[in-house]
Amino acid sequence: MLAGWTGRDIISILDFSREDIEELFRVADEMYKYLREGHVPRLLAGRVVSLAFFEPSTRTRLSFEAAAKRLGASTIGFSSEEGLSVSKGESLADTIRMLDAYSDVIVLRHRYEGSALYAAEIAENPVINAGDGKQHHPTQAMLDLYTITKLYGHVDGLTYGVLGDLRYGRAASSFILALTLFKPKHIYLISPPSLRVRDEVKMILGEKGVNYSETESLAEVLPELDVLYVTRIQKERFPDPKEYEKVKGSYRVSLDLLKDRAKRELKVLHPLPRVDEVDERIDDTSYAAYFQQARLGVPLRMALLALVTGALGG
Amino acid sequence: MAPSKEELLVRRIRSGTVIDHIHAGRALSVLRILGITGSEGFRVAIVMNVDSRKLGLKDIVKIEGRRLSDEEVDKIALVAPEATINIVEDYVVVKKHRVKLPEVIENILACVNPTCITRQPREHVKPRFRVVSRRPLRLQCIYCGSFIEEDYVIRQLEVHRGY
Repeated sequence: MLAGWTGRDIISILDFSREDIEELFRVADEMYKYLREGHVPRLLAGRVVSLAFFEPSTRTRLSFEAAAKRLGASTIGFSSEEGLSVSKGESLADTIRMLDAYSDVIVLRHRYEGSALYAAEIAENPVINAGDGKQHHPTQAMLDLYTITKLYGHVDGLTYGVLGDLRYGRAASSFILALTLFKPKHIYLISPPSLRVRDEVKMILGEKGVNYSETESLAEVLPELDVLYVTRIQKERFPDPKEYEKVKGSYRVSLDLLKDRAKRELKVLHPLPRVDEVDERIDDTSYAAYFQQARLGVPLRMALLALVTGALGG
Repeated sequence: MAPSKEELLVRRIRSGTVIDHIHAGRALSVLRILGITGSEGFRVAIVMNVDSRKLGLKDIVKIEGRRLSDEEVDKIALVAPEATINIVEDYVVVKKHRVKLPEVIENILACVNPTCITRQPREHVKPRFRVVSRRPLRLQCIYCGSFIEEDYVIRQLEVHRGY
């Protein structure tokens, strides 16, 4: 089974089956154990990982870098377009050809939707999509589900709330798509009307027969939720700033609201960074799972790098 | 079969391709999809808005001297799903079939999403769409996931627009 991962591109979470994801989590558990014990096998010794971040990123880029280095790989790359030949007019295609020649795997973040698929068509080595425009962020979705399996032991049968910008936020839509590989009890999609999920995401929810509903009210559905996935609503998504001011309060998760309405076992996830959408007073409560989620990024991405490069099961 | 009065608006062709049962007003879009501009030198006849039992009104395109392949003509189902293709040799129809929309439409339509990689002029990506629904027509961009619907397809393929 592991051999099926060798050389594989990671473009969309929908390219994977439930079995693939469960396999990945077993390997991530091994990596987690190695990290805890302080003895990580240098599975990627002598390999080079490209980190091609055309858009700024802190967590995703650093967790990939940490993951590569923990496994003994070297990294090359950049974290913005500034000073690169792309800013002089070089195409993405040419940059990818160069990185493909210099390294064994390319981790790519780019502002245009479809850039990762395009890069994968060009590169011979595996391409890992670390975010393409508003579309996909598959490794974040894998990490989100991995966190949930760590918290609950399973993804199936739980009631989920996904809150915030479901239209332009790639983490939210990838998380929703990832849930369709499993059997959630219900998914509440909580957002202002203008930031509801895109049609293509709704089509998949429909095709997979997932129970879901759209709502504008967090307070209303909160008592039912086992997991609340919070994402940031960006001011620039609203043509009228007054509209933003009107809605922003309703999508802020406060400790008082959780104490008042949520189950005690509720877990709050957030792909981070957060601004003020999650009350900092929640950080020290049992509701907060977002820091654990961020920590798990390293073992999960170690597992991915080891699998796609064929260092495991090749 | 004897030619109808309408077909005689332009004379019969000796050999080539006759595309019949095109929705009225879409003959020019059909030529656009086929990449026929007139400068290739084939004799092309376009008949527009003639009576049709099946469609009420229809267009017909006749291309003398060029036998179009199935792959070429199937793409015209984007704008003319009812079209029939007649391959003519020595004034006789030797092959007749209905167009069938392929599963993937490549390099004909532009994506609706301005931040799709296929819309970036520096990248030279061939736009590709998978057919989600034939009727009503709905296509999905393979790169960015955006949907495009029939009216958008028709508008884009109208000759005076372009992409």
